Amino acid sequence: MSLAPLAPRSDFPLLAAAPALTYLDSAATAQKPRAVLDTITGYYTWANANPHRGAYALAATATQAYHDARARVARFLGVADADTLLFTRGTTEAMNLIATAWGRAMVGAGDNIVVTRMEHHANFVPWQQLALAVGAEFRIAELGPAGTIDLAHLEALVDARTKVVAFGHVSNALGTIHPVAELVRIVRAAGSALVVCDGAQAVPHLRTWVDTLGVDAYAFSGHKMGGPMGIGGLVMRRAILEAMPPYQFGGDMIEWVEDRTSTWNVLPHKFEAGTPNVEGAVALAAACDYLDGLGMDAVRAHEVALTAEAMAALGALPGVTLHGGPDAAARSGVVSFTLDGVHPHDVATALDVAGVCVRAGHHCAQPLMRALGVPATVRASFWVYNTSEDVARLVRAVRETQARFA
Amino acid sequence: MTDATLDALYQEVILDHNRRPRNFHAMPAASCSADGKNPNCGDQLTIWVRVEGDRVAELSFQGVGCAISKASASLLTEAVKGKTRAEAEALFETMHRVFTGAETDPTVLKGLGPLRALSGVSKFPMRVKCASLAWHAFKAALDGADSVSTEAAAPAPVS
Repeated sequence: MSLAPLAPRSDFPLLAAAPALTYLDSAATAQKPRAVLDTITGYYTWANANPHRGAYALAATATQAYHDARARVARFLGVADADTLLFTRGTTEAMNLIATAWGRAMVGAGDNIVVTRMEHHANFVPWQQLALAVGAEFRIAELGPAGTIDLAHLEALVDARTKVVAFGHVSNALGTIHPVAELVRIVRAAGSALVVCDGAQAVPHLRTWVDTLGVDAYAFSGHKMGGPMGIGGLVMRRAILEAMPPYQFGGDMIEWVEDRTSTWNVLPHKFEAGTPNVEGAVALAAACDYLDGLGMDAVRAHEVALTAEAMAALGALPGVTLHGGPDAAARSGVVSFTLDGVHPHDVATALDVAGVCVRAGHHCAQPLMRALGVPATVRASFWVYNTSEDVARLVRAVRETQARFA
Repeated sequence: MTDATLDALYQEVILDHNRRPRNFHAMPAASCSADGKNPNCGDQLTIWVRVEGDRVAELSFQGVGCAISKASASLLTEAVKGKTRAEAEALFETMHRVFTGAETDPTVLKGLGPLRALSGVSKFPMRVKCASLAWHAFKAALDGADSVSTEAAAPAPVS
């Protein structure tokens, strides 16, 4: 079977301009559909003004565009209360927002925070640093077999003093799809910890209905789903957002400023200080339109098929070690691997010369790499524009690399 | 970019030093040592230096890294041995220019001997840090520092 792209390459100006390029690094950032780029230009051409501020019609247009973008992204994510979707710079800022605003207010000495060894640094370091700052205990749930989280270990770590349990929906380094419902059940059974889920690697690949996941906070990044860099979001329960203090202070987030005190605006503005990234929001909404046009079920099926092909072909090569679980249907479109005797950075350089873009490194997951016992891996990741031909080019380039370093 | 560029990067000298790194051991009798880390890729190595009077009498290294960083460290331990401190520091400066492509003087390049094999890295801006890691660690050891990070030592190259 030979898989054609799900989305035509011509939809993506960068790929259309570079026919020989095999882009297999969408887990780092996705290429952008023309519709997204046109939306950015269109916004600045027809609608640019500072939202929530001017009394003139153009400012109202910008305000409406920003408002509509939030509603559109909320609909894509299955979030009924759109005002509980805060726009952030991305997942990293979302995690820092929770760890700073909620964490500093709610976590203290004697409490504990639980994360997993699988986490991206964005869902690890903010919690580690919060624990250090307030004197809380930082606990790490170890790995289970085949790229999984050890759920029994996590269950043993969560207790009545656990204030936060943070885990990823999908591993960026291995692609493992974690059992969110089961994780939520474990946390709820043990106490009242805030359940924080990093959805950066899930939203672009799996149909994600945030309201049904049962988590308290869910973060994602726009640039991994075809939107521009610098926009993403945090969905959090309304009651928690209303009770917690602001993250940043400034324009738009205030209700009233007295000489000595201030009061805060309603959601979502309370957590969006300063001029917002309207360009990013409207373009992210366009990315949602684009993905719904393809159909997230079709996106998922396409990725599983490509991942299975790549795992089978790479796994059949002597000297190649695949990391993570054996089942392509249990991961997102990520294949992480190492070659005997060749460092991942040398692999990436050799592949680059063959026109194949892959990520080599620790994938912002150094605690995970230590547990896997490798300094780094090579990661190929697939999205809607990739094809069987891309997989074949990857495999060919890997074989050539092995020959070069033999 | 072509296979020829890749051949220039991974010359036989580099591949050989990667497979069989020279002076690849700790040195209990060292006068000084320093750790080098490349935070972006996780490469880390330690360089040991034994100084006799004004001369670098012996060098060794250990660590994990890509072929470029390993070969560069291995070549360094051979090339710097026997040089005076001033000569070693001058070579450090020269190699920095070689890695970034700034050194174009054919006489200088020819005079580098086996080190010239590292010049291919200048075509790969993302790999300059790999080649320079050992050199920064060596310089740090000579200067009496115990560690160096390529993030601090060399700004990200712009290609």
